[in-house]
Parts: sequence; structure tokens; C-alpha cells
Amino acid sequence: MEESTLIKKKKFQKAETTKTRQRIMGIVFLAIGLFIWFVLSATTPPEAQTLFVMTPGGSSVISPDLKFNSLIVLNFMAGLCVALGIFQIIKGFGKYTNIVLVLVGLMLTVSFLAWAASGTSINVGGMLRIMLMRSIPIVLGALSGILCERAGVVNIAIEGMMITGALVGAMMGSLFGLWAGVVAAIFAGGLIAVVHAVLSIKYKVDQIISGTIINIFTIGLTSYIVTKILQEREWQYLNESGIFMPVSIPILSKIPYIGPILFNHNIFVYSMYILVIVMTIALFQTRWGLRMRAVGEHPKAADTLGINVFRIRYVAVILGGMLAGFAGSYFSLGSAGYFNQSMTAGRGFIGLAAMIFGNWTPVGSFGAGLLFGFAESLATNLALLRFPIPSEILLMVPYILTMIVLAGVVGRSRGPAAAGTPYEKESL
Amino acid sequence: MEEKQDSEKRNFFSILLEEISKSSLTIIILAIFTGLVLGGILAAGTTQEIYEAFDESFSTGITESLKFIWETYSSLFIGSVGNPSKMFSALFSGDSQEIRSAFKPFLESLVVTTPYLLTGVAVALAFQAGVFNIGGEGQLFMGSIMAGWAGWTFKGLPSIIHVPLALSIGILAGALWGFIPGWLKAKTGSHEVINTIMMNYIAFNLSQYLIIGPFQDPNESFKTRFVEESARLWRFFEDPLRLHVGFIIAIVVAILVWYVLYKTTWGFEFRIVGLNPNAAKYAGINSSLITILALTISGAIAGLAGAIEMLGVNFRAVQSLTTGYGFDAIAIALLAKNHPLWVIVTAMLFGFMRQGSRVMQINTGIPIDIISILQGFILFFIAAPAIIRTIYRLKEPKQTEITPQLSGPGEKL
Repeated sequence: MEESTLIKKKKFQKAETTKTRQRIMGIVFLAIGLFIWFVLSATTPPEAQTLFVMTPGGSSVISPDLKFNSLIVLNFMAGLCVALGIFQIIKGFGKYTNIVLVLVGLMLTVSFLAWAASGTSINVGGMLRIMLMRSIPIVLGALSGILCERAGVVNIAIEGMMITGALVGAMMGSLFGLWAGVVAAIFAGGLIAVVHAVLSIKYKVDQIISGTIINIFTIGLTSYIVTKILQEREWQYLNESGIFMPVSIPILSKIPYIGPILFNHNIFVYSMYILVIVMTIALFQTRWGLRMRAVGEHPKAADTLGINVFRIRYVAVILGGMLAGFAGSYFSLGSAGYFNQSMTAGRGFIGLAAMIFGNWTPVGSFGAGLLFGFAESLATNLALLRFPIPSEILLMVPYILTMIVLAGVVGRSRGPAAAGTPYEKESL
Repeated sequence: MEEKQDSEKRNFFSILLEEISKSSLTIIILAIFTGLVLGGILAAGTTQEIYEAFDESFSTGITESLKFIWETYSSLFIGSVGNPSKMFSALFSGDSQEIRSAFKPFLESLVVTTPYLLTGVAVALAFQAGVFNIGGEGQLFMGSIMAGWAGWTFKGLPSIIHVPLALSIGILAGALWGFIPGWLKAKTGSHEVINTIMMNYIAFNLSQYLIIGPFQDPNESFKTRFVEESARLWRFFEDPLRLHVGFIIAIVVAILVWYVLYKTTWGFEFRIVGLNPNAAKYAGINSSLITILALTISGAIAGLAGAIEMLGVNFRAVQSLTTGYGFDAIAIALLAKNHPLWVIVTAMLFGFMRQGSRVMQINTGIPIDIISILQGFILFFIAAPAIIRTIYRLKEPKQTEITPQLSGPGEKL
């Protein structure tokens, strides 16, 4: 009897918290709507026109531009947000709340762009294309993190693996061609992952400490090689790899709007699409994925069922390292054409944030990576528009969002239960 | 008779040897030694003259390499501590000018040590309570910029008020940057590692914005104004020597943290939460409060480090990349096994290396970054003592080895 009241009480509490969350969310929607109405609409002249250019620069496929009256669109967006907010407060969208949240976020972004570009034009197509490119290392880093953490090994050394991949990719790419550079970068990432795996799986070193050591070491080593070798004139030819050229996909790239934005890139973007799909299938549809997740959630149970915990973890960490190395090679071989010490700029850590944001799933991380990529793309475009927000403040948004998500405000984000703890096999 | 003595002697030595081989201090010394050897090999292996010497003959190659490694490390020593012969002759001559110039490297190293010492203590303190503070970098940034703000905004204050005021504002800024992840961890359970990393980037972007925005010097872009004379920390010597009172503050803070952690009930509760959260819970210790306090105080100390750097060395903030203190602080705390007094020693090791590496770069052309590589090697061996034991054929200790862990206790060395 006591127990049943306890359960009832717990259920009641849970219902209460979801109720509060529902209200908070509704107020957020409402606030966004009112913000668009009272701040953005109020400062837009009624006859101003906004032009969204939808063709990225240099594209041969021309998408028709979007031209509209700024105020009408802003008022429409504001009204819709307010309506959604009121519905959310009164009735609630239930399990679709997060989808609506994304929708409201998108409307806020569009309103913002329409407002900032009222009276002029903005190349939205180009911005979206850059967003996709900026998201590559973040998404690949997140996938690397997912591989490791789903198997129960925290990997904060992704940054170090990336920077190594970038350097090795640039050097080998300069010597033996771009493809060799990519292969070498993947290999280098895997090699560092072996160190992480041995330290954290065999020697049971705290995984965060192991990751920190690797970061210190790799950042030092790459910087050392740059100053000692690559900056000397006689060795400069080692750092002139060049980049992969964009390859447009035959039919898909001809689709207006989508084609030039999504299907006219170099191999890294296509690899990202493929890897997100492959990882999703591998994690959730294959026996290997099931085993890996079991090892990450409850290694002892997995061991009892005859799964080799150590082997699964080794494989996952090394594969993760290879992915991080590949992500690193994007910087030198997919974007810059050379190596530069500051090129990764914490993307490995943002990748981890994207992983959390995406709730440890490949598709979710892809979405989070796109969001973070958009923030970067917007920040680089700010100079062209007369935005009132400095780019530094905008670049803080992904980090703040991650902390909010991690705190459980937007639904619960929970990692694998055994991530971070070394597995100790019990002797019989 | 003689024989007996001999065996006793051998006994004594073998016992001593055994004790040494089991001690964790031995592991640390061997780890540092092995790291230096590997770093030396790397330095020689990336230098062209060495290859030319090997082309001549194998033996010249070896001697050249040894000579090169010796030169590298001796210039590291001269750059960080000073030239011993010059120091002696200066002391004997009694000329104050000469003494100052001879001891300049040593004193400068102490200046570089100061932020290392404080951030190291900050990380160690958090470690002892079982939380991982990777956010030292961000806390230092915020402490620095806010102390600077207090330094140039208030005018006409006497030094005795202005300096403590500016330091406290820096401490508060760092504390806030530590409090947020601490509060989030205690209230929502979100992991402090990710949150402190996120706070680092927020601090970084925010301070960049402040430097090129509201705090920018009207006459010079990408830099802030200088802090007022009255807010600058007191210096021990005349101008080229920068040793300031901040070093003493840092030592006092380290001793204070040690005293509180090891000699007070409150510190005991701190360590219990770090050692065994379950035991702490059953003992009725409010562990969420301890978590919040640990990160807040840790942030405050890191903020103090930033404030001292601003008021004692830099006097203005410049748009820049990260300083790397945050991650080095983790290394320092690990090396000291999270014991605040040992942090003084390990921080000096790092500070001296960082200072000396500049001279080394000029003399031998080995980039400063070799320091990070050395740190990586040394930490690698300290984190996995089993590797060192295999290399040097040391015996396993009978007790379980206390390796630095996330919830690691501060082992008394």
C-alpha cells in the first residue's frame, strides 16, 4: 500500500514536471513571437523589400530568387509563433514539442534574416552551402564521439586526433597526392586512438585524463613540426597539398534550390552524408551495433552473454580515432589546402557538444552540427549585413545551447550509462 | 664478523632499493627522466645537422646527438634558472646590478610560475572533491578581463583599496564561471567536463568581444586600455625584473588550500565527497553543496590567477588565442597527485620549463612547443605507471597503486 502511494506520488511529480516544461516551452514560443512583433516588425518600414538570393556564388544551376515584403513576412511569422505558444500553454504539443521548437527556431532565424536584409539582399543559398561545409568537421567529430561513447569510452582527445589528421593529411597530401593524404590522416587518427585505447582500456587510466594528455601532446607535436620543419623554406613544399575540387552529382545537383546547396561539394560532404546513414544503420540495425551499445550501457551484462567487452571497446575507439583523423584532413585537404596550427580551433570539442545535442545518435548529431555550422556561417556573413549583434556573441550561441540541452531543459539528453568507467573483468 | 656486517649492509641497501622501487616518487622521477630522454631524441631527430653528422660516421652521429641534447637541456636550464657560474661570480662581486641580471632568469621563471601555481591549485582542489575542472582557461580569461576593467575604470583610488578591489572583481568573475557548471552539475546532473569546456569557449568569445568592443582602447584597436598605476601589483625589484607580490599571494593560496583540505572538518568533507560519494551521503554530507562550492572556489582561484596576470604582468588585454594555462593546470595537478603543496613544486617545474624554452629556442632552434611534448610524455608515464615499471623492471607495489583518478584523492607523497 505504501509502495503504491509512493509510485503514485512519483507519477504525479513526473506529470507535474512535464506540465511545467510544457508551460515554459509555451512561454518561450510566445516570447519569440512577441520579440519578432515588437522588435523586428516595429523597426521595419512597411514598404521595405527583402531579397533572398538562393543561388550560391559560382553555381551553374540558377535557382529563382525569393523577393518579398519584409513586414508582411515578419508579421506572419510573429503571429504564427504567438499562436503556437498559446496552443502550447493551453493544450501542449505532447511528444511533438521538440519538433515545434525546431520550427519556431527556424522561423526566428528566417525573420531575423528578413529583418536584417530588409531593403537589401542576402545570399541565403550561399549561406546554407557554407553552413554545410562548416558542419563537416563538427558532424564527423560528433560521429567519432558517438562511436567511442556508445562503447563506453569517453573521448575528449578528438581535438588532438583532428589536428594530427590535418597535419598528416597536409604533409602526405603534398608528397603523394590528395587521396594518400586522406588515407594517412585516417591512419594517424587511428594510431593516436590506439594510445587512448591502451591507456584507458588496458591500463584503466581515467579516460578524461588520457584524453587530456593526448590533447597536450598532439597540439604540442603538431606545433613543433610546423615551427621546426614546415616553416623552413626548403621544407615548405611539404605543406602545399591543395584541396579536393567540388564534384557535382549528375542529376541531383540540377534540382533547383536543393541541388547547388547540397550536391555540389567535394568528397567530404558526401562522405558525411554516407557516414551518417551508415552509422545509423550500423548502430541500430546490426548485431555489432547492438553489442556495442550493450557494452556501453552495461558491460558486465554484455560480458556474461559472451561478448568480448575489451575487443568491442578497442575496435570502437580505433574506428572513432580514424573518423576524427578523417575529420581533421577536411581542414587541410577539403578547405584550406595547407596546414595551420589554429585551423581546428576547438572543433573537436564542438563535435562533442553536437554529440550531446544530438542525444548520442548520428542523425541528431548531424542536425546539431548543421545548427552549429549555421551559427558559424552566419557569423562570417555578419560583416556584410548591418547586424546589431557582434559575431563573437553569435558564436557563443552553440555553447550556451549545448549547456541548456545538457541541463535537461529541452527534453532529457542522456549518454551511455557506462561511458567513462573502465571495465574490470572479474576473476572467477 | 666482517661477513655478517657485509650481509647486513647488503640487506640495508636491498631494502632501500626495494623501498625506492615501490615508491611513487621514484615513478615520477623516472617518468620525468624518460620523458626528457624521449624529448631529446625527438629534438635530435628533427635537426638536420644531426643527419649530416650521421652521414659522416655512426660514432660522430652519436656524439653529435648527445652534444646537441646536452646543449638543448643546458640552455633550457640556463634560460630558466640562470647561468650558475655567472650567478656565483655576481654574488661574490656584490654588485647589485650584476646580481640582478644574473638572477633575472630565475626571477622571471617565478613570474611565469604564478598563474600555473594558482590554476594548478584550482584544478587540484576541484579534483579532491571529485569534480574535474577543465574550465581553468575560461575562468582565468574572465578573471583577467574583469580585473582589468576594475583596473582602468576606477580612477583616483589609493593603491591599498584599488588593488584588492580589482583582484576581488577578478575572483568574482572566475567564481561565477565556476559556479555555473557546479550548480548545473548539482541540480541537473549534467557533466562538469562538458560544461566547463563550453564555459571556456563562452569566456573566450565574450572576452574577445569585450576587447574589440566596449573595452577597446580609443587610440589603439584590438587592445584594451592600460590599468591605472594604482591598480598595479607591487614589484620587488626595479623595472626589468617583473617579480611581483602575486607570486607570494599564490604561495599563500596554495598553503591555505592545503590547510583547509587537510586540517579542517570542512576540508575533510570535501575530500570524502571526492573519495567516496556514497560514504559522504551516508555520513550526511551535503555533497551537492560541496560540488557547487568546489567548482566555485576552484573558479575563484583560477580567476585570481587571471587577475594577477593582468595587474602584475600584462596591464592590458590583447586580442589573442588561448594561453594554454587551463590544460597545463590539469597536468600540473596530476603530477602533484592533487596535493596543493606539491602543486607548488610541479608548477615551478612547468613555469621554469616555459621560461627556459625561450632561451632554448634562440640557442638551439628547438621550438618552445617541445615543452608540451615533454609534458605529454611525462604525464603519459605517470598516468600509466605500469609502463615505467616494465621499462625499468620495478616490482609491483603490494598495495594497490593510487593513480590519479577523476575522483582521486590527494595522495600524500
